[in-house]
Amino acid sequence: MDLAVFLSGAAFYVFASAAIAFAFMVVSARNPVRSVLFLIMTFFSAAGLFVLLGAEFLAMILIMVYVGAVAVLFLFVVMMLDVDFVELRQGFLDYLPLGGLLGFVLAVELIVLGASWRVSEKAADLRQAPMDKDQENLRAFAEVLYTDYAFFLEAAGLVLLVAMIGAIVLTNYHKKGVKRQNISAQVARKAEDGVELVDVKPGQGL
Amino acid sequence: MEIGLAHYLAVAAIIFTIGVFGIFVNRKNVIIMMMSIELILLSVNINFVAFSAALHDLGGQVFTLFVLTVAAAEAAVGLAILVVYFRNRGNIAVEDINLMKG
Repeated sequence: MDLAVFLSGAAFYVFASAAIAFAFMVVSARNPVRSVLFLIMTFFSAAGLFVLLGAEFLAMILIMVYVGAVAVLFLFVVMMLDVDFVELRQGFLDYLPLGGLLGFVLAVELIVLGASWRVSEKAADLRQAPMDKDQENLRAFAEVLYTDYAFFLEAAGLVLLVAMIGAIVLTNYHKKGVKRQNISAQVARKAEDGVELVDVKPGQGL
Repeated sequence: MEIGLAHYLAVAAIIFTIGVFGIFVNRKNVIIMMMSIELILLSVNINFVAFSAALHDLGGQVFTLFVLTVAAAEAAVGLAILVVYFRNRGNIAVEDINLMKG
């Protein structure tokens, strides 16, 4: 057997089984902090699968966006909220049979669907951005992303901007009774407002 | 042991199922439910990239980038709503979220 094929197959099974195992740990862990850490490991394994598929750029983006941003956000929120997570876990076993049954049916359906998938003969003509085999993934990706999909890229940036503004507006609040610096009042202040000359007569107070 | 499209579709299907299962069994913990949604989106991304590699079409990878963008935005806004809700009500139990009587 060809060594390269064997190694890529072995790598696939390692990453795939790790991704599935960690994904299961995410939903079954007792402590939400551990769930977040298992989520990070799931995304690492999925990034490995992406590398095997030849999508190196997306693999790196997955690690940067999910591990660097989203998972840290989850971690902060889990640690910030003073919630009794043991109480929230009540009823886990009640929902287990129904959830397990539905999950099993869904998995069987999806796997049957995926295994019986046949690509149409005409599919090659319908491609939006055919890949050039000689080009590395990053260059090929950039060449379609900044030309054919430029408007969508801008739209994605707008989505992120709206999400950022929304998150700031939602979580920002001012405590009452806290003295704050009013910069516009400071800048608009003139010398005449700040200094008052009083003509005090001798022998008299103000 | 040639790994084809079907293998990746099976992995994505199993992760998708785990995500749905997680939403079902963690009915009270909204944070784990949001993590399950992230898992579901990840399985969709694996599907997109697998089809992209199988059909030699970069469109799937570009779409994955946009799915990642929307997932990040969704996580940020969802967690912000969660923090505000916790500040107002003092807990995040899902069954108590009935202010709008929906």
